[in-house]
Amino acid sequence: MSKKLVMMAVLAAMSSAALAEEITVYTARAEQLIKPILGVFEQETGIKVNVVSGGEGPLMERLKAEGSNSPADIFMTVDAGNLWQANNLGLFQPVKSAALAANVPAHLRDPGNNWFGLSVRARTIFYNKQTVKPEQLSSYEDLASPKWKGKLCLRTAKKVYNQSLVGTMIGNYGVEKTERIVKGWVDNLAAPVFPDDTKMLEAIGAGQCDVGIANTYYFGRLLKKEPNLPVGLFWANQKLDGVHVNVSGAGVTKHAKNAKGAVKLLEWLSAEKAQKLFADIDMEFPANPKVAPNPVVASWGKPKQDLINVSEAGSKQAQAVMLMDRVGYK
Amino acid sequence: MQLEKSLPSTRHSPPPGAAMPAGIRRRLAIWPARLLVLAISLFTVVPLAVVMTSSLSPDPAIWQHLLEFALPELLRNTLLMLLGVTAGVLLIGVSLAWLVAVYQFPGRRFFSWALMLPLAMPAYVLAFAQVGIFEFTGPIQTLLRPHFDNMRWFPEIRSTTGLLLVMSLAFYPYVYLLARNAFATMGRRALEVGQSLGLSPRQGFWRIALPMARPWIMGGVLLVVMESLADFGTVAVFNYDTFTTAIYKAWFALFSLDTAKQLASLLVVMVFVLLLLEQYSRGRRAYSQAGRTAPAPRLPLTGWRGWAASGIASLVLLLAFVLPLLQLGYWASRDFANQFSADFIVYAWRSVLLSLLAAVLVTLIALVLAYLVRRDGGAIVRLAARVATIGYAIPGTVLAVGVFVPVAWLDNQLIALLGLGGEVTAVFKGTLLAMLLAFMARFLAVGHSAVDAAMNRITRSHDEAARNLGVSGWALLYRVYLPLLSGGLFTAMLMVFVDVMKEMPITLMTRPFGWDTLSVRVYNMTSEGMWDQAALPAIAIVLVGLLPTILLSRQRDVA
Amino acid sequence: MSLLELVSVSQCYGDKKIIDQLSLALEAGEIGCLLGSSGCGKTTVLRCIAGFEPLLDGEIRLDGRGIASAAANVPAHQREIGMVFQDYALFPHLSVVENVGFGLGGLSRSARARRVAAMLEVVGLAAYGKAYPHELSGGQQQRVALARALAPQPRLLLLDEPFSNLDVDLRERLSREVREILKSQGTTAILVTHDQHEAFAMADKVGVMAQGRLQQWASPYELYHEPQTRYVADFIGQGAFVPGRVTGPRCVALELGEYCSAVPRQFVVGDDVDVLLRPDDVVHDDGSEVKALVLGKVFRGSEFLYTLQLASGRSVLALVPSHHNHAIGEAIGIRLELEHLIAFRQQ
Repeated sequence: MSKKLVMMAVLAAMSSAALAEEITVYTARAEQLIKPILGVFEQETGIKVNVVSGGEGPLMERLKAEGSNSPADIFMTVDAGNLWQANNLGLFQPVKSAALAANVPAHLRDPGNNWFGLSVRARTIFYNKQTVKPEQLSSYEDLASPKWKGKLCLRTAKKVYNQSLVGTMIGNYGVEKTERIVKGWVDNLAAPVFPDDTKMLEAIGAGQCDVGIANTYYFGRLLKKEPNLPVGLFWANQKLDGVHVNVSGAGVTKHAKNAKGAVKLLEWLSAEKAQKLFADIDMEFPANPKVAPNPVVASWGKPKQDLINVSEAGSKQAQAVMLMDRVGYK
Repeated sequence: MQLEKSLPSTRHSPPPGAAMPAGIRRRLAIWPARLLVLAISLFTVVPLAVVMTSSLSPDPAIWQHLLEFALPELLRNTLLMLLGVTAGVLLIGVSLAWLVAVYQFPGRRFFSWALMLPLAMPAYVLAFAQVGIFEFTGPIQTLLRPHFDNMRWFPEIRSTTGLLLVMSLAFYPYVYLLARNAFATMGRRALEVGQSLGLSPRQGFWRIALPMARPWIMGGVLLVVMESLADFGTVAVFNYDTFTTAIYKAWFALFSLDTAKQLASLLVVMVFVLLLLEQYSRGRRAYSQAGRTAPAPRLPLTGWRGWAASGIASLVLLLAFVLPLLQLGYWASRDFANQFSADFIVYAWRSVLLSLLAAVLVTLIALVLAYLVRRDGGAIVRLAARVATIGYAIPGTVLAVGVFVPVAWLDNQLIALLGLGGEVTAVFKGTLLAMLLAFMARFLAVGHSAVDAAMNRITRSHDEAARNLGVSGWALLYRVYLPLLSGGLFTAMLMVFVDVMKEMPITLMTRPFGWDTLSVRVYNMTSEGMWDQAALPAIAIVLVGLLPTILLSRQRDVA
Repeated sequence: MSLLELVSVSQCYGDKKIIDQLSLALEAGEIGCLLGSSGCGKTTVLRCIAGFEPLLDGEIRLDGRGIASAAANVPAHQREIGMVFQDYALFPHLSVVENVGFGLGGLSRSARARRVAAMLEVVGLAAYGKAYPHELSGGQQQRVALARALAPQPRLLLLDEPFSNLDVDLRERLSREVREILKSQGTTAILVTHDQHEAFAMADKVGVMAQGRLQQWASPYELYHEPQTRYVADFIGQGAFVPGRVTGPRCVALELGEYCSAVPRQFVVGDDVDVLLRPDDVVHDDGSEVKALVLGKVFRGSEFLYTLQLASGRSVLALVPSHHNHAIGEAIGIRLELEHLIAFRQQ
């Protein structure tokens, strides 16, 4: 008996259990973008927030392997596709919270309230201001037209943002038409696909290509560094279904040790103060409609958004990946 | 090797007069050692098994798709990459090693160690720096653009050629180091023997020096091949799809972990076949030199030949190290004030601590493994040792999951057993111990190759002399092998140290809460395309890795 | 015309002169030997002949054709000079057959196989063709190295300390064997060694080297009995110097009596000289008036080698049939039985 006690003491000492209230967040969002915001939460509430960052896939595997002994209270990631997948794996628990329901519009959260969007990013068209007039642009589909031959830049198809974009296109247009469009993009490429949006935007600025598709916040961050970059933002599909939007979001894990604290943190993140921080640090659109975006972001205008529930993208992701494989979009 | 036949270890010998048949005695003496080898290999086998055990029924839709649209190209790409990188590292590594070991030319002493420096630079860092320099928006093309109508003539860096060049530049030091030391001990002598038999120096190089240095060169190439197969970061920068890419795609994009595991199993089998082929092709041949003679004086390269040699060495050093470092420095300088903080010292310190601990542990285990294999020499033990070193070829992320799953399982069992549920969430996971074990599974190959090579140079007569003096068993290891192996052990430690400094996925997956290291910083920044911010931790990785790299290059006694 | 000629060859490392104006000649079919202690430059001479080291001065001629001088060199691989290395330098990754056939690139496959088989026959290793070097004994490895060097039929064979890695027993046997092999093949060869027994057993001509200079280039017999320099006299064989005074054109007076040689020497009467007495020059003679004290003795089977003290306190060596067993401290009668007078002016 005493042996068991000793063992327990040793294990307790080795474990991360602590006396003060703690919340543990597994995040696939880059640490430098989320830590400053969580830091403010810690200061305000005195609750310690542990952060484990990593790729979304490995983090989900980790949650699965840990099962009921997972220290994680919240799993946070970018892209509705990932959130959908985590939910599919049963990693979340539903949350009933009036505050969250009020702060996060219905199309930015899981229908079953398993996860909530915390920030919104649009994936739209960018162009070189010296060679392209905005009047020449219209939709994602238009970028597949032969007039852009040798003038289009794209990020790699391996990035989930493009998978989600193509996923929603499948939802809107069906597989056949989407496949034609994506094939058209591939035929128009001016350069091998880029590893990230920033590099691609720089390439548009330098004139390697005329048009491309990127997330808005990358543009915002790039402008902070190079305000004179000759790159313009064009809201895609405004005459159609609206620009493709996606979310970063989070949910309370199924086996959260501090589910109450986790809900509190989610509520705090969806409230105005944190939403303002998301807007300013990351140059994203706040998920909470009561919060105004950063002035730079606001200056781009208020686009019509594709209002299909974002989780649609997740269910179509595998289909989208196979489609892109078929047309040789790497 | 059949040491045990004539030389029973005194440690397990029964007292004189004990009526135990020699055969049984021998078997008793062997089994503890065998079990130990098997135990060590378990640390690699278990994660591998986790990776490889998937439901045996493949997902038909996904496999159909992969077979039709992905696998043929991926296999072609992977093969092309392996062949290209092998050719590249052989060309760069062997020719530079030959120049430095056999000839005298301006700056030779400097180049001899400086050509090792690129080892300190992670391949993915070299990749994003090189792309940054040579791409359309990079400084070179930006500088040239105003002077030309168009830049279409400028080679595209983000291409297969670009990838092969960058990987060759990143990985050649493995081959260079091993080949240089092999040539230094027998290069000139090989030429002389050849000349005395009527072979010109060129023929002597091809027909004597190269075949004789083969095991060392092949050892380097094998490390490069395994590292290329496991690589994800570098190919991602170039958007070049390999077998590893397919594993990632199946897992993260198609959400089919089973398919990913099946693909990973294929990869493991391929690597294993590769290793066995290499082993088999050596046959009965021996490569250790009977007697070593004093190295002959270097042949002077005079006039333009000497300067050409310096020029080639400078070019490689420039491309693989100096230019990328300058580019990183430029990026870092743009955001230095925001980036540099006291935290940085902490990240660097953790990186060093982690690398150091891993280096010591891996080397120790590699030593025990090599010693036991030598003492036993049986087929089971050899196979177990081979398996234990295969983790190097498994993509880091995949292996990280393979390590994490059993650790988490063990934790869950322990917690359930002791009834601690609710209060305790972790016993081993998220501890340095679990992290180090994961590193061991990954880097045992690196440590083992250095230790094993040194072990092979200890002759049978050393053993026999020691046993004759009454030293055997573990005392033999401690009193005879350890001093003789010190060079090889040091080499193993340095190589593991540098590798762990650069490692990313396992660190991410298994580190304790908030335990950020330099490579975690690089990961976080590059994952968002924040190159300016990634540059500073990347430079720090290179700088911390420099000292062990220089020490390594000064080690004469390498593999 | 000599097959090999070295004409005042010099070579140095930095400021240190390794070979100093060395000249020698070797006839076709002869076996020459450079003998000297380590660091005397003998190996460097070999490496110069092989073409591994450039010359500072002088010329090397093979078959009358210049192959090396300070100005021009025939590349080593075009000299057709074979070499057996001190450590054999066998290729560990090649079998015996592959090793021996290595230098036969110009021959057809079948001609090569015949030549290799013939060479293995010559060195007595016909049964070991498939073995790898590490599976052979030291002596066998040595013979493989020899076969490999001889296979391409070099115009000259160089052997660098060929037996130094072997035990004494094997060394003697092999040196005889190798000489026979070389003679049977009519090979001209030069070997380098520090062991005079080896040199005497192997070579037709021996050169003693010291500090980069060739002291004497002669047959073993001449070296032993007619050394030209005090260094050679000292280095070759055993013996002791005893002072004497020249008493006539052919005579020297020693403590042990006066001795007159058959040949006149170039000494002036009254010169003080040192005379070399070999152990076999001092003969045990109970009837002799000259007595010496036994200081030490070494039993050599058929003989004793006595160290004897003369009245003056100087020591000489004497080889005495072993039935004359004298105790240490005993005084025995001795006399001189000189055939070759070896004397050097005192310095």
